[in-house]
Amino acid sequence: MPVIDLATTPLRELNQALHDAATPGHNDTEFEVLNPKGAHAVAVGVAAPVDIQVKGSVGYYCGGMNEAASITVHGSAGPGVAENMMSGTVVIKGDASQYAGATGRGGLLVIEGNAASRCGISMKGINIVVRGNIGHMSAFMAQSGNLVVLGDAGEALGDSLYEARLFVRGAVKSLGADCVAKEMRPEHLQLLESLLAEAGITDVKPQEFTRYGSARTLYNFNIDNADAY
Amino acid sequence: MCGIVGLFLKDRALEPQLGALLSGMLVTMTDRGPDSAGIAIYGTPAEGRAKITVQSPEPDAVFPGLQAALAEASGGSAEVAVKSTHAVISLDAGKVAAVRAALAAMPAVRVMGVGEAVEIFKEVGLPKDVIARFEIAGMPGSHGIGHTRMATESAVTTMGAHPFSTGADQCLVHNGSLSNHNGLRRVLRQKGMSFETENDTEVAAAYLTAEMAGGKNLGQALEGALEDLDGFFTFVVGTKSGFGVVRDPIACKPAVMAETDQYVAFGSEYRALANLPGIETARVWEPEPATVYFWEH
Repeated sequence: MPVIDLATTPLRELNQALHDAATPGHNDTEFEVLNPKGAHAVAVGVAAPVDIQVKGSVGYYCGGMNEAASITVHGSAGPGVAENMMSGTVVIKGDASQYAGATGRGGLLVIEGNAASRCGISMKGINIVVRGNIGHMSAFMAQSGNLVVLGDAGEALGDSLYEARLFVRGAVKSLGADCVAKEMRPEHLQLLESLLAEAGITDVKPQEFTRYGSARTLYNFNIDNADAY
Repeated sequence: MCGIVGLFLKDRALEPQLGALLSGMLVTMTDRGPDSAGIAIYGTPAEGRAKITVQSPEPDAVFPGLQAALAEASGGSAEVAVKSTHAVISLDAGKVAAVRAALAAMPAVRVMGVGEAVEIFKEVGLPKDVIARFEIAGMPGSHGIGHTRMATESAVTTMGAHPFSTGADQCLVHNGSLSNHNGLRRVLRQKGMSFETENDTEVAAAYLTAEMAGGKNLGQALEGALEDLDGFFTFVVGTKSGFGVVRDPIACKPAVMAETDQYVAFGSEYRALANLPGIETARVWEPEPATVYFWEH
């Protein structure tokens, strides 16, 4: 297993090695990254089904554009973790900063601590599971995918939401424009159960969550809704 | 973008290392703003003495005669220690007003900061160069703040660099941009504040000074800033014995804090904190939007 120590190896070499893993003739399936010390762009654009264990906290855009890789950060993550992820898994053992999982199109992002503001902003198919709380303006303009929050949500949750589904177990400080609480139907309970299982969470039940989604009044411009935009 | 750092020591055993720790934090933030850099260090006040940090674009011409030029105004108490383009004038605390008046008559000397504890050094250039020319890494102290600037609201000049100090032992560094600084500057001028630049951050510093002059403590002044300042900001402020942090309600500008038994630290990014002693076991968190954080010795 390659062990890449960022105290002695430049970040470009790490990312090049991870990109090379997607090309024929490269057989490494597990990587360990040491001493990230808040470095930006750790393990971005990985397009191979490899396992990457990052031992420490990372800075901006860790796991960005991830495709197929399983990335675990044994620490906290800076802004934009797993931004525009396509597939694969990113697990943050600590907290995540602003806009975690922004614009993500697929895959699973698990944050075992808290996420800050704008978690899942403009998400387009990614699934995000947060064990702690999320900050203000989360899921702003979220288009599809699922955001599961075991703790509380900050102000303006789901502002201008499209078809993403939001499941929050704790309190929601306020809902954004066009975001409403919705009935939890059997298919939602089933979906939530599978998302929690995927995220390795076994100590909470789907019935403890409230579902939020779009009231669909802002889809087309209507002068009567002008105040809500 | 800008990079800001701050370090408030709780453990006096770390005080000899303050300059070195803060320098390391600031150099790490260089790529957030390479225009100019500055640092404020709070040292141990000497009984009955005050300090005025001054800067001159012609240090070789001005500083050699400065002590003699200030002898009368300072009652013979002024001692001048030159560091590159800056000089720290130590003097009897009771003579500050007279010496400031004398300095105001010297066009080649600009005041960076005044107080019993604070010394402020700032110049155009990279943090590593600014830190080296002022020998910051060797300075002891109880707390300090630093800034590396990516200019947005005013020119890249020494006076436009942070920290901004508009009151005794007060200073402020800022990441962000204010949108109502011109209007607020007019209001503050009417209250008697004076300004040396067109910089938005100087207005924020002057606002806090004016509020505190009106009887508020720093915490209350920062609460007021949330109401009266419009725009994006993460502020880190220092006072003679205190250290405060506040972010605007939208909180676009990044901020990370760490606290241990030995210190409270602030960085624009976690990278700035990554080499502090005991960071592995520190409590690390993002300050909440529109929330004032304040520590005092």
